[in-house]
Amino acid sequence: MAKFNKKKNEMPAVNTASLPDIVFMLLFFFMVTTTMKDSDLKVKQVLPKASETKKLEQKKLVSYIYVGKIPGKKGDFIQLNDKLASTKEIKNFILDKRTKVTESELPRLTTSIKADVNTDVGTIYDIKKELREVDALKINYSAITTNRKK
Amino acid sequence: MAKRDIPEINAGSMADIAFLLLIFFLVTTTMDIDAGIPRKLPPKQNDQKPPDIKKRNALIVNLNKKGEILVSGGGIEGDGKYLTVDQLKDEAKKFLDNGGGKGKNGNPCDYCEGKRLENSSVHPNRAVISIQSSRKTKHGVYVQVTNELVRAYNELREREAQKMYHESYESLKERAKKNPKNEALKKKLESVKERFPMLLSEAEPAKIE
Repeated sequence: MAKFNKKKNEMPAVNTASLPDIVFMLLFFFMVTTTMKDSDLKVKQVLPKASETKKLEQKKLVSYIYVGKIPGKKGDFIQLNDKLASTKEIKNFILDKRTKVTESELPRLTTSIKADVNTDVGTIYDIKKELREVDALKINYSAITTNRKK
Repeated sequence: MAKRDIPEINAGSMADIAFLLLIFFLVTTTMDIDAGIPRKLPPKQNDQKPPDIKKRNALIVNLNKKGEILVSGGGIEGDGKYLTVDQLKDEAKKFLDNGGGKGKNGNPCDYCEGKRLENSSVHPNRAVISIQSSRKTKHGVYVQVTNELVRAYNELREREAQKMYHESYESLKERAKKNPKNEALKKKLESVKERFPMLLSEAEPAKIE
């Protein structure tokens, strides 16, 4: 012990000056890699799994239609933006989206149908029928990407 | 002039501020990338009759409300057979790749590797797969089935891409996307797609029990 005491140098405090830098780095990482949640989900969703998926790029060009069940209530519910809607409102929802993009982007508009695995095909079909009415023919069945089964 | 020391600004709270921001972003953001199976809907119908398709050229995939899959037409004998999701892809490939006759422009399918059966599809550009389902079928099953059928097309295109250009279909697609002005590349991709055009129809739900 005596030997240690002789040396007289105390344990220096850990320099925390670089802590903000580290935290900022983390902050920037999260800011860059993440996207803002645009709407709160009112419907319960478990997305189907699929292997032949394509990533949806350019979120600006995608309209989302959420379909799912609400616990305690019967039937399937459709959510557009932040509120629950009926099938009839889909047309206006799509037309509204069209006013927000430039003309050259119009053909690239996609509708993503984010539907729960337990939704009835009939509900989805009604949505597709509405989409066909307004000529929004590019659709995407939202799914979680998995690897191909052998 | 008295020399005054400028007091150092205490940067200790900087970390707290940054943490606060960090936590805000952590909470408000989502990490998931949206992906899905891209499909194209048929244009609005003006009471036109669907084209006549011979039985041998149409593979009908029926889904009932229990999620069972009945496949009929397209070289399958009798009233059809029940398949599991895992068997569906191979059945679809067998049907599309049959090449038992002449295609739209009168040419036989010289690249098909199927058995060239008399009762199955004549040519990939005439072979249609139709998904029919009951209104009560679960969306999950529907997506699974669609996925397997799309996969059948993708695997056949993959094979053709390897045969024609010794390159995988995926990388061909990737490259065409990155160089949208490269016409030669686009033509290559189209020629692969053209060999197995995706004729996948989603009929309206019928009352299948």
